[in-house]
Amino acid sequence: MINDSVLVVIAASAISYGTPLLFAALGELLAERSGVLNLGVEGMMLMGAVTGFWAVQTVGGPGWVSLITAVVVAALAGAGTSLIHAFLTITLRASQIVSGLALTIFAGASGLSSYIGHVANLGGKPARHEFDALNVLGLRDAPVIGPILFHQNALTYVSWTLVALTLFYLYRTRPGLHLRAVGESPGTADAMGVNVTAYRYIHVMIGGALAGIGGAFFSLAITPSWLDGMTSGAGWIAIALVIFAFWRPELALVGAYLFGAFSSLAFTLQARQVHLPPEVFASLPYLMTIVVLVLVSTGWARRRLGAPAALGVPYVREER
Amino acid sequence: MKKSAAFVLTLVAALGLGACGTSNTSSGSSSTPSVIKAAWVYVGPITDHGWTQAHDEGRKYVEQQLGSAVQTTYKENVPEGPQVAQVIEDLIRDGNKIIFGTSFGFQDAFYSEAQKHPDIKFEQATGFKTAANMGEYFGAAEDADYLTGMALGAASKKGKIGFVAPFPIPEVIREINAVTLGAQTTHPGATVQVVWTNTWFDPTKEKQAAQSLLSLGVDAIGQGQDSPATGDAAKAVGVPWSGYDSDQSSYAPDIWLTGTVYHWGPYYAKRVKAALDGSWKMDNYYGSIADGMIGLAPFGKSVPAAIQSQITAKMDAIKGGTFYEFTGPLKDQTGSTHVPAGTKLTLNDLFSMDWFVQGVIGSPKGS
Repeated sequence: MINDSVLVVIAASAISYGTPLLFAALGELLAERSGVLNLGVEGMMLMGAVTGFWAVQTVGGPGWVSLITAVVVAALAGAGTSLIHAFLTITLRASQIVSGLALTIFAGASGLSSYIGHVANLGGKPARHEFDALNVLGLRDAPVIGPILFHQNALTYVSWTLVALTLFYLYRTRPGLHLRAVGESPGTADAMGVNVTAYRYIHVMIGGALAGIGGAFFSLAITPSWLDGMTSGAGWIAIALVIFAFWRPELALVGAYLFGAFSSLAFTLQARQVHLPPEVFASLPYLMTIVVLVLVSTGWARRRLGAPAALGVPYVREER
Repeated sequence: MKKSAAFVLTLVAALGLGACGTSNTSSGSSSTPSVIKAAWVYVGPITDHGWTQAHDEGRKYVEQQLGSAVQTTYKENVPEGPQVAQVIEDLIRDGNKIIFGTSFGFQDAFYSEAQKHPDIKFEQATGFKTAANMGEYFGAAEDADYLTGMALGAASKKGKIGFVAPFPIPEVIREINAVTLGAQTTHPGATVQVVWTNTWFDPTKEKQAAQSLLSLGVDAIGQGQDSPATGDAAKAVGVPWSGYDSDQSSYAPDIWLTGTVYHWGPYYAKRVKAALDGSWKMDNYYGSIADGMIGLAPFGKSVPAAIQSQITAKMDAIKGGTFYEFTGPLKDQTGSTHVPAGTKLTLNDLFSMDWFVQGVIGSPKGS
């Protein structure tokens, strides 16, 4: 059957393993569009993973209530964690690099997320409910497109909606315009009457919330359980993905699935007797990001496609 | 000024994680004077639902058996590296007289600490270095793997079995061979296809490896991994699954067959008792189904009664010494005879095994 052919299998798993990257990358993209680089994505994802799993184990009621609550809790945990970064970098104007790294160390593997998992005794138990793949419109078994487009879980369809919403927000709304202004030239935005601090706080926290949901995707969909450091580097790939996607939501979607495909490609090929070390595929997202970084380093590309001009720079009104 | 304050805050936050290390002590009782302190050093979390959890159940068994005569401690998530010696020193300072290490990578640290502290007893699982005060212990998991293979073979309609494997090392290779030989008794001509993950414990990778096999159409799947992620992938497509290390049936009860499990408790109790009464001697112990160190997890509901009794009968034969799965004639992957008729592989052969039996699809050298 054609749905068992290697390309269909790779495409379908690219979407399921790319979805957490897409959530986290969309969030980071919004934060960076406001001029704040947050390297704490991995830590925020793990906070989302652990709190989301805790919620699904604790909140009673039908499965869908418990799962929706878990996603909300994960988003709040991610946003809460990002608030530390927002306070340090926006209010106290600390180095965004140092603060973001500290956030990943503090909240990440063998940090706060592990501690919560330990104290709440979450390890070694299957999730009470999980996000199963849906059979959308009954088209699950349709040739080729069935397994790829109509046999994913609910969060994947949510992520597609989010890409569309983010595109609309960035390019078709006034707050989106303000956001881009804050990221490119906070001084000008401030002069226009835009509250730079508020915009940055809000978008760093939206970034945290989406990273939290991306993390919960691991503990509620990929391997429905809690394990220390279970996102195993997805947060870093998401950060690379934002650069790879030139800070554009539609390209983040493409990149997420490309990077998602790499994560399982080694095994799919190995099962078909094509032997390539998994490390090759594990390093591909970073290699491709480096190539993109080189490509966008030309002056023209940087103006047309590059990072928001004020990315990484604290905004100080007096210095305007 | 503000900037430096923020920097200090960030540093404090970064250092905060140092406080999150874990160590736990629980005691039977501390009032009686003739009490021995025993300690375990684990590579993973005690809730891994696999290797480390099985060892920790052994520790609890010791507490239960020896009651107030023992105080146990454990250190979990100890990385295989320079920290091991530090952890051991701490445990000795706390008065522990016998220390168990449960990962191959602890071996060198245990050995050098054993030289430094001749009055302390050391025990190291899965390794080979011994000293007057340092013993080794492991068990013949391959016997139970063979029985697991029988369940897999019976469950597979097409005779296409998948196996998610960690590392291409003798311990795992003999496990895959035993599974394959077992499967071929209940399903003549069955094949076992291997995908290597190159990790003991990484649920995402384990699940991806399992999915890659399932997409090829294997209709029964086993694992040598420490997490139940393979079962999670199998559950989605309703394919029967066998686990490893601990009873993992709760993850997917409908498709669960059985799996090799370790019961470390009786061995630990025996050794701690020996250390307590002074009869402890260095040993290189290889446990078995007969002495209870190795066992089979309870059968799932999808294993028919006839197969269950067939497997149980074979288990009795292994226990009684009338059956040994690695007895010739055994053919390798190319179809040529590797072990001549009547020859039995020795423990040395098992510990250096680097070839697959006929019916295994994949390379014994890894990916």
